[in-house]
Amino acid sequence: MLVIVNGRVIDPAQGVDGFFDLTIDQGKIMKMTPSAGDMSGKGLDKRNASGNFTVFDASGKLVVPGLIDMHTHLREPGHEYKETIKSGCEAAAAGGFTSIACMANTNPVNDNQSVTEYILRKAKHEGCVNVFPIGAITKGLNGEVLTEMGDLRGAGAIALSDDGKSVKNNELMRRAMEYTQSFHLPIISHCEDPDLAKNGVMNEGYVSTCLGLKGIPHTAEEVMLARDVMLSELTGCPLHIAHVSTAGSVRIIRDAKSRGVRLTAETAPHYFTLTDEAVRGFDTNTKVNPPLRTEEDVQAIKEGLKDGTIDVIATDHAPHSLLEKDVEFDYAAFGIIGLETALPLSLMLYFEGVLSLADLIAKFTVNPARIFNLKKGSLLPGMDADVTIIDLENTWTVDVNKFKSKSRNSPFHGRNVRGEVVATFVGGKMVP
Amino acid sequence: MGLTSKDLLTIQDLSVEEISLVLDTADSMKEISTRDIKKVPTLRGKTVINLFYEPSTRTRTSFEIAGKRLSADVVNISTSASSVVKGETLKDTGKNLQAMSPDLVVIRHPVAGAPKILADNLSASIINAGDGAHEHPTQALLDIFTIREKKGSLQGLEVAIIGDITHSRVARSDIYALSKMGARVRVFGPHTMIPVFIERMGVTVCHTLEESIKDVDVIIMLRIQLERQGDFLFPTLREYSRFFGLDLEKLKKARSDVLIMHPGPINRGVELSPEIADSPYTLILDQVTNGVAVRMALLYLLIGK
Repeated sequence: MLVIVNGRVIDPAQGVDGFFDLTIDQGKIMKMTPSAGDMSGKGLDKRNASGNFTVFDASGKLVVPGLIDMHTHLREPGHEYKETIKSGCEAAAAGGFTSIACMANTNPVNDNQSVTEYILRKAKHEGCVNVFPIGAITKGLNGEVLTEMGDLRGAGAIALSDDGKSVKNNELMRRAMEYTQSFHLPIISHCEDPDLAKNGVMNEGYVSTCLGLKGIPHTAEEVMLARDVMLSELTGCPLHIAHVSTAGSVRIIRDAKSRGVRLTAETAPHYFTLTDEAVRGFDTNTKVNPPLRTEEDVQAIKEGLKDGTIDVIATDHAPHSLLEKDVEFDYAAFGIIGLETALPLSLMLYFEGVLSLADLIAKFTVNPARIFNLKKGSLLPGMDADVTIIDLENTWTVDVNKFKSKSRNSPFHGRNVRGEVVATFVGGKMVP
Repeated sequence: MGLTSKDLLTIQDLSVEEISLVLDTADSMKEISTRDIKKVPTLRGKTVINLFYEPSTRTRTSFEIAGKRLSADVVNISTSASSVVKGETLKDTGKNLQAMSPDLVVIRHPVAGAPKILADNLSASIINAGDGAHEHPTQALLDIFTIREKKGSLQGLEVAIIGDITHSRVARSDIYALSKMGARVRVFGPHTMIPVFIERMGVTVCHTLEESIKDVDVIIMLRIQLERQGDFLFPTLREYSRFFGLDLEKLKKARSDVLIMHPGPINRGVELSPEIADSPYTLILDQVTNGVAVRMALLYLLIGK
């Protein structure tokens, strides 16, 4: 038995924010009782006299439901030199994530039940956090043929996405949105018109004009988003929008939600932390898709987070090695790793007054759990004992060389941040 | 006084004083090319490598001649004959070249920012001889050198840059160089070839050819890359030349003493009619001549001391 004592517990699913002791047994939350304030063990794993339970002293710390990342790229199978299920899980745990959903663009693609089963088997044996595979919408992510969605669901996939590209064919996307409803798998859309974005390597704007790099207009995201909203209305399919990056997208989603479209949306920390100005200097770690946008977009993303238009903060953790990143800008792969920086970068939203702590934590916990229909994201008795302990005051400097991830492609190296994960519990056990 | 950086990657990095220094130094270098024996010992024992990842006749030859007239040993590497075809990265190629102790590497590369990779990894000086659509600083320096030679000063001049601004590294470097030296720049081309927010660079965007050339001192015509037709940027070369090219008839709208420049190679009959290309208005060959002097000046200023 484990008791996490004296922490400030924030559980948005229950509307809880106060000082509670959390009792955990058999990997489950047993009960939450008001802190007596006098049980304080000092440090980790201190046993009381009877020795039958462990006390974790969370005095001065936040105790929240284990964070959930809806959007991770584990590179296994296929690109194990960038990330494995094991290393990705360790990075997640270090960043406070107890559950991660991994995208289908592995090699082979997760477009059939045996790949889903492989990922889950590896995760069970080697992963220290919960792994939830996302299956592909189309075979091979080619946008031509539907995957066997029922089989994917049966094997354990929790959602469908061709993340990395849009399903370009309107008819095929419509049918995918209809067919998936037999299996209740939500569709996650990567909104990007491939023609408008063709050969683009950064946001189209003043900075791309200065640098002479081919731009990707914000419209490339917005036209595909508008289409997907319309198809969702036509089919009634719940739709989740991945990595929202533009002011126009926030407007489209806000409008659609106000009309009752079954729409949810996520953004990633780099879209409210950096602008395309970061690309000056040609650092390939700033090359990401969708690209870093402008200050106006950053403000709109924050506004969307604040008013609930954007439900979730996800990492879009996209590991790449030096082979893909230590090259000319045009030749570099898109992607930023985020598991180990997402929480402190997002806590800036709290320190800046954009979000309350409860709203911020909800975007990492109960909101993604609801979208995926997961029994996660809350500290209610009976739930899995996935818990993250956060020190809000600690300031530290991001050092990619200390990352658990196998990759180092972060534009935040050297950045001073505030708020640090001090412990992560999965099923009542401290990880990694 | 010299140049503050070991490299020349962009015009943006140069101060007005540094640009003036380059132009003044080029003035004194130009005479060397008119001598019977066109060689001085200034860079004897220095090694200059031309590393070209794109085809080039004019710029590569210009750097080679500039180096040789200053007695440097000049080595040319073009991609077809190099280990690039074997898949070596730019960074590795650079480090291997550095291991042979060159004093300066001139690089042309199709990707914006590529010269910075060499500058960050090599102790040798790096000159950017054109990187993607980013910058082509030596072209801009020879352009303003040529204008200054004819007009005495850049201050207050009106200059039109016409053509595919979006894909032109020459346009960007020219805009920075001309603006720094006190000239005013206007740009004109099909809207598909005017990059977004270009006016934030301090230029005026014109909407007709007539408007763009009215009362200007200098017209810089840019080369149309013929393969751009596949990118839906313009329908046909015929229509391009009709609305965006320059011929003697349209030129009547400009001042009689207007100077016409072009970074080359020209597409006769597309952006410039053949009559204009051969007319006394044009400084195209002066630009080429001055290119050698400007590059001699840069080699001297970067590795001559």
